[in-house]
Amino acid sequence: MSDITKLTIHETLAALKNKDFSASELTRAYLSNMEKSKHLNAYITECGEYALEQAQESDDNYLHGNNRKLEGIPLGIKDLFCTKNIRTTAASHILDNFIPPYESTVTSNLLNDGAIFLGKLNLDEFAMGGSNETSYFGPVINPWSKNVELVPGGSSGGSAAAVAAHLCAGATGTDTGGSIRQPAAFCGCTGIKPTYGRCSRYGIVAFASSLDQAGPIAQDVRDCAILLQSMAGFDNKDSTSCDIAVPDYEKFIGKDISGLKIGIPKEYRSEDLNEDVNKYWQMSVELLQKRGAVIKEVSLPHTKYALPTYYVLAPAEASSNLARYDGIRYGYRGEGEHLDNLYINTRTTGFGKEVKRRIMIGTYVLSAGYYDAYYLKAQKMRRLIYNDFMDAFKDCDLILTPTSPITAFPIGDAHMLSNPINMYLNDIYTVSVNLAGLPALSLPIGLAQNGLPLGMQLIGKPFAEGTIFQAASALEEDAHFERI
Amino acid sequence: MENIIETEKAKWEIVVGLEIHCQIISKSKIFSGASTEFGDDPNVNVSFVDAGMPGMLPTLNKECVRQAVKTGLGLNAKINTYSEFSRKNYFYADMPTGYQITQFKYPIVGEGEVVIDLADGKSKKIGIERMHIEQDAGKSIHDLSPNKTYIDLNRAGVGLMEIVTKPDFRSPEEAGAFLRKLRSILRYLGTCDGNMDEGSMRCDVNVSVRPYGSDELRTRCEMKNVNSVKFVMQAIENEAKRQIEVYENNGNVIQETRQFDPSTGQTKVMRKKEFAHDYRYFPEPDLPALVLSEQYIEEIRRDLVELPDAKKQRFINTMGLTPYDAMVICENKDVADFFEKASHNHDAKKVANWMMSDFFAMLNKKKLSIDESPVSAENLGNLVELISKDVISGKIAKEVFEIMAETGDNPEKIVEEKGLKQVTDTKAIEDIIDRVIADNPDNVEAYKKGKTNLLGWFVGQTIKLSQGKANPSIVNQLIRKKLDN
Amino acid sequence: MAIDNEMVRKIAFLSRLKIEDNKLEDAKDEFNKIFKWIEELNEIDTSNVSPMASANDVSLKLREDAVTDGNYKDEILKNAPSAEYDYFAVPKVVE
Repeated sequence: MSDITKLTIHETLAALKNKDFSASELTRAYLSNMEKSKHLNAYITECGEYALEQAQESDDNYLHGNNRKLEGIPLGIKDLFCTKNIRTTAASHILDNFIPPYESTVTSNLLNDGAIFLGKLNLDEFAMGGSNETSYFGPVINPWSKNVELVPGGSSGGSAAAVAAHLCAGATGTDTGGSIRQPAAFCGCTGIKPTYGRCSRYGIVAFASSLDQAGPIAQDVRDCAILLQSMAGFDNKDSTSCDIAVPDYEKFIGKDISGLKIGIPKEYRSEDLNEDVNKYWQMSVELLQKRGAVIKEVSLPHTKYALPTYYVLAPAEASSNLARYDGIRYGYRGEGEHLDNLYINTRTTGFGKEVKRRIMIGTYVLSAGYYDAYYLKAQKMRRLIYNDFMDAFKDCDLILTPTSPITAFPIGDAHMLSNPINMYLNDIYTVSVNLAGLPALSLPIGLAQNGLPLGMQLIGKPFAEGTIFQAASALEEDAHFERI
Repeated sequence: MENIIETEKAKWEIVVGLEIHCQIISKSKIFSGASTEFGDDPNVNVSFVDAGMPGMLPTLNKECVRQAVKTGLGLNAKINTYSEFSRKNYFYADMPTGYQITQFKYPIVGEGEVVIDLADGKSKKIGIERMHIEQDAGKSIHDLSPNKTYIDLNRAGVGLMEIVTKPDFRSPEEAGAFLRKLRSILRYLGTCDGNMDEGSMRCDVNVSVRPYGSDELRTRCEMKNVNSVKFVMQAIENEAKRQIEVYENNGNVIQETRQFDPSTGQTKVMRKKEFAHDYRYFPEPDLPALVLSEQYIEEIRRDLVELPDAKKQRFINTMGLTPYDAMVICENKDVADFFEKASHNHDAKKVANWMMSDFFAMLNKKKLSIDESPVSAENLGNLVELISKDVISGKIAKEVFEIMAETGDNPEKIVEEKGLKQVTDTKAIEDIIDRVIADNPDNVEAYKKGKTNLLGWFVGQTIKLSQGKANPSIVNQLIRKKLDN
Repeated sequence: MAIDNEMVRKIAFLSRLKIEDNKLEDAKDEFNKIFKWIEELNEIDTSNVSPMASANDVSLKLREDAVTDGNYKDEILKNAPSAEYDYFAVPKVVE
């Protein structure tokens, strides 16, 4: 048999049911891939023994016909999800010894459906970053790298790299400003950030509570639908979770898209748009049109303000969310003869540079005398950005945009590191979606001239993940993207 | 009442506002399912949410909302159908998340008012600015180790109501009367036990002074966590004196947080921080807005217990109590309930008199609360009934009451067993009177010559010889008849 | 609104972070650069716009008042850098 780790989740499920191979064999195959690909640095913590125990249980379940929806599927978990009795670090020194006594709702949904956890995936520290370079555990290497080591994108860089390199069948990610979609695009994977409130945030280390949302990164659209199906759902432990039934997402795969109205935001078609990006965007429009979709020009006039708006709101919430890392109840503790010394030494040593920068930006925009000028202003801008989308969706069902203005760049890139804003600008097509709380998927569309993957983004109305899967599966079929 | 502080130089007026934190009575915490039980081992009643563990989220307790609405109605306040939670950011060892979930811009309860009763019999309205709900912090324990502070999170996350008054108090007495009234209302409602010494009700006091007759508001100083009514009054008194002294020596009062020292009764400035607090309030992103329906509020209003002011008025109007007696009896709901039970079908005024005198004195002496009273409400009512029906005299009743306080027996049984029934048999009484007349010819003579005030003496002698059992009015009647013949 | 060194120091303290004196200048310049970019938001008049705190308009659900959690102090304390007698321990706090 050819490499079983290259199968998609839906193929693997069929093979497991068919007893082509066992969950234990499959798990060992992934563990062996992980062993061979340590240089990619995709995992922070591996839990092979735990995975093999789970695999044994899955094999028993298949044997007795008790197999659940994801029985025996080996997954990687972004190390931002708290996993019971498995170290959870958020890629930060301040949590590098933290072992949660509880399980996040999303991971517990996956476990209940029979998934196997191979380990905890690398990310930008506290999910703050777009290249995975802010991780305390070092950067992840993009599996598409040839001569130069490239970033996998971020913050879910470990997730995207692990899926692309077949170090897991699928992975969880989280997305606050593009953290699922951008690394998926950089690594040639498919990832979806669902509607805010679709997946419970309980047990996910918080970055910016009003923007954070969990979602899957996988090899194809159908796999994303299968994983999201398991991850999503109402949770009474998260007061922002929505009590709306989760539809059968897989049913949308391959559904006819004729008549579906696809919006193209005119403001995104700027002069300095990368040639490759523009080409594939055009191609996508044509492919969808050929299948009978109706293309509409729409306007998102405040879109250019989404980034500065995001860089007020997300740091503000983060500055408060990260106040709990004080060295008292868990995590790293610095020296200090007084309480304030202890706090300052703990946090100054425990947090990395980008995290500290964002905490300070957030503290400033909330502080007395600046709240109205920055925080309140940004909240109002958020309303305008949200209204733009709601207006646009009066004329269309989905909006199609590129996922990122660029392909994966080298680790340690001088331009990106010279000014934090340069890095922030990579999220230009993704952040507005988080501000509006909408679902959006990125799928690989083709290779740029430099041989690296590019992604297209489909944005839907609230809770219209199904429609996104419908159009994305059509586009995927026509784009013929070749995975590693 | 005029409240003037007069010095050699000028007349001054005190201006005080209070902020009172009241622990909400509920089984579980405001944002988690951990118990609110007090006094357990450290860190037992703590959930991952209360400990501020990564990824933990708050969920709002229904009962805490209901208790807050009840309290708001009890303060005659506006209930806001829309309210929001905010985060108040500050670092402290017993604040696990580094922020307190509270309400800032949109509190659940708006303006209201409370009537306080003053010593001179007058009453005064005190304005309520707002009331919001929030979570309590844990406890820092400083005295178990010489070089460490210990943190117990059992209290972290217990629901609090913070009541903010308008700066309407003009004397320590008014503040004291308000706190007693507030405690009474909270206990009536069952929303907070009001025990200041246990910390379930904590008071921050804002004090300023101004020249008498002016209506300016000068710089105020805040004293946090003053933990008894007496200390609040002392703190106001002494802080006002301090401020007056500052002004009269051409100084300026600085806005600061001061600490009240119960051992000296004085206030002193707390250690100054390098940078002032900046709480960076912003909307709590983990909790959507709290929206209440008018119907929900109306249902709570409909089921509200009768509050002390209404009860007091009813006792005055329909049961004939004096305003003072009614006020004392209504301060504590258990007392008022006892009174109502005791006076059921009996003379309420007499029951009140008994409670205000012998009954309270007995409880005080025995150091018992009213629900531990050996004399039940029914038995006190029966005792009054025996007096009303002339079965026993007031004097015998006191004796019976003493026995009731010891044995808990009902008064009928005591009267029966001890043979304490009043003698109403005229023949028996006449015999005693005849003996008194025969033994005291001088007084009979004097009476007949016009010294009629000796009548009381004859009545007394007769009752004494009857060992208190002769009915005084019958005695009186018969003596008159005999002497006037 | 330019940020000066004193402001950077204040923000750092409020965040309980330390910036070495010799890094203060760089930090200040970086913040000013970022806030200059953020101030592009002032191009839009938002005087009649209501602020938006969250993207979803779910109504707040209330939990029944029952003790359903807690009573696992070992798990609460097991990650603590310093715990004594079932308390979290910190350096002596002088009130």
